[in-house]
Amino acid sequence: MKTCPKCGYDQNPDEIPMCKLCGDVFESAAGEVGASNPGVAAFTSDSGGAELAKPGDISLEKRDFASEISANRGRTLTLMFFFPLLIVAMGWSAGEWFGGYSLYGIIAGVGIAVIYMLVSWFAGDKMILGVSKARPADKVRDFILINVVEEMSIASGMPMPKVYVIETKALNAFATGRSPAHASVAVTRGLIKKLNREELQAVVAHEMGHVRNFDIRYAMLVAAMVGAIVLLADAMRRSWWWGGRSRRTGSGSSGSYLIIIAILLAILAPVFAKLLQMAISRTREYLADATAVELTRNPVALANALEKLDNHVEEIPLPSANRATQHLFIVNPLRKFGAKSGALMSTHPPLQERIRRVKAMT
Amino acid sequence: MAFTIFMLVVLVVIIAWIIGLYNTLVKTRNQVKNAWAQIDVQLKRRHDLIPNLVEVVKDYMEYEQETLEKVIQARNMAMAAEGVNATSEAENLLTGALKSLFALVENYPDLKANQNVTQLQEELTSTENKIAFARQYYNDSAMRMNNKIEIFPSNMVAVMFGFGKEDYFEVAASEKENVKVDLR
Repeated sequence: MKTCPKCGYDQNPDEIPMCKLCGDVFESAAGEVGASNPGVAAFTSDSGGAELAKPGDISLEKRDFASEISANRGRTLTLMFFFPLLIVAMGWSAGEWFGGYSLYGIIAGVGIAVIYMLVSWFAGDKMILGVSKARPADKVRDFILINVVEEMSIASGMPMPKVYVIETKALNAFATGRSPAHASVAVTRGLIKKLNREELQAVVAHEMGHVRNFDIRYAMLVAAMVGAIVLLADAMRRSWWWGGRSRRTGSGSSGSYLIIIAILLAILAPVFAKLLQMAISRTREYLADATAVELTRNPVALANALEKLDNHVEEIPLPSANRATQHLFIVNPLRKFGAKSGALMSTHPPLQERIRRVKAMT
Repeated sequence: MAFTIFMLVVLVVIIAWIIGLYNTLVKTRNQVKNAWAQIDVQLKRRHDLIPNLVEVVKDYMEYEQETLEKVIQARNMAMAAEGVNATSEAENLLTGALKSLFALVENYPDLKANQNVTQLQEELTSTENKIAFARQYYNDSAMRMNNKIEIFPSNMVAVMFGFGKEDYFEVAASEKENVKVDLR
């Protein structure tokens, strides 16, 4: 133990040449700098429990992340299997509706499905950023945001994602992209203004959690495909008003029930799409919160940030978010229709529950 | 004959498995090295930023020459320090010196209003954070490496090819708190 002669601050260890509190240089310091005790301390600190205390907990988290990544891979494959099926079925039923063109319908369905899947894989993130009216962050104006994102990319050991800002008063954020190397993080202007630096850091860390778990890839594909299915089904339903089957000559006995299937498909396709969206487990939000705490070692900031988001989300919905992209955001961007946020069809877990769990990490 | 083929298959599987473990070990070790390099990058950046900050504030802070000299002195000591422990101690001192400088800046309204100063302050705060996060990531990577070296079965491969354990970066208690700069 050494006591600073100037300010009287007691410090440990002995070997330091300068007071840690007031910065006064000790007389006898010069030669002593090199001799420090080579202790080993992985997660020791006394900053007030800001880290994931026990090593056991950390390995548990790590296992969760690994299983989440493989689960996301499985979900992506499932999506890649069912989406073309659905599109082909829609193509077939549309062809049937217009009378005897079911083969062309199927061929068109396959073509559309393949092209659209390639487009959503390589450009899904740009589509989502465009729909959400996100613009690249300005180097001068948003330099704090860019710094914060860089800090979190260092903390997670991942490449620096592209940074976007959405010019709106609403408080929200999302991440998208097909892999950590091709990831983008978007934050609203309201969030930058309302949150302090540490809270902003916690929100960005949460998004980096989604990036690391590959949530971004699955969520991106779902957003692109849900949008497409809803659009196609709408188009099909509208086309009925102008009457199909005009060119069909002599309806066979099989025709009538095929028509019923076609109608059912057009109505049910959006429901299937919704179910795909629901398959994004709500637990991934808890997991991303846990990652945020692992990266920042600061659960208090995340809890405060979520609290602020909770207070504002009801007041100002995010205008550029829609039903296809709502599951991407850190909090549900759409106005709730008086329903409980824990309701069955919600894409997000209730915020108060998330805050409770984050606080339990302290 | 069937037995020979069976033994050959088993051998191939074992070799493939060893190759897999070896590659994971190499990848993890490179991750640790990269994490270490990242710390150096950020430390270097801090050393580069400090003269700029001192240059900007020194005209305003005529009566604080002592503090400024301490910052410069701590920076030069940190740049000259060699070896992990000496470097980390010297960097800790630099952090402390910067902290007292930032505390003083609070007393000068002119300085707080200066665009350059706020920018530099944010840059330094961010660099401090990056140093801390780079160390945190280094320690996480080192722990992953050490786990692999100690846990069966990768420990056998580690011994076979002479992978050594990685040292943890010791974090001083005073340094865990970031420099608090309220920009609002």
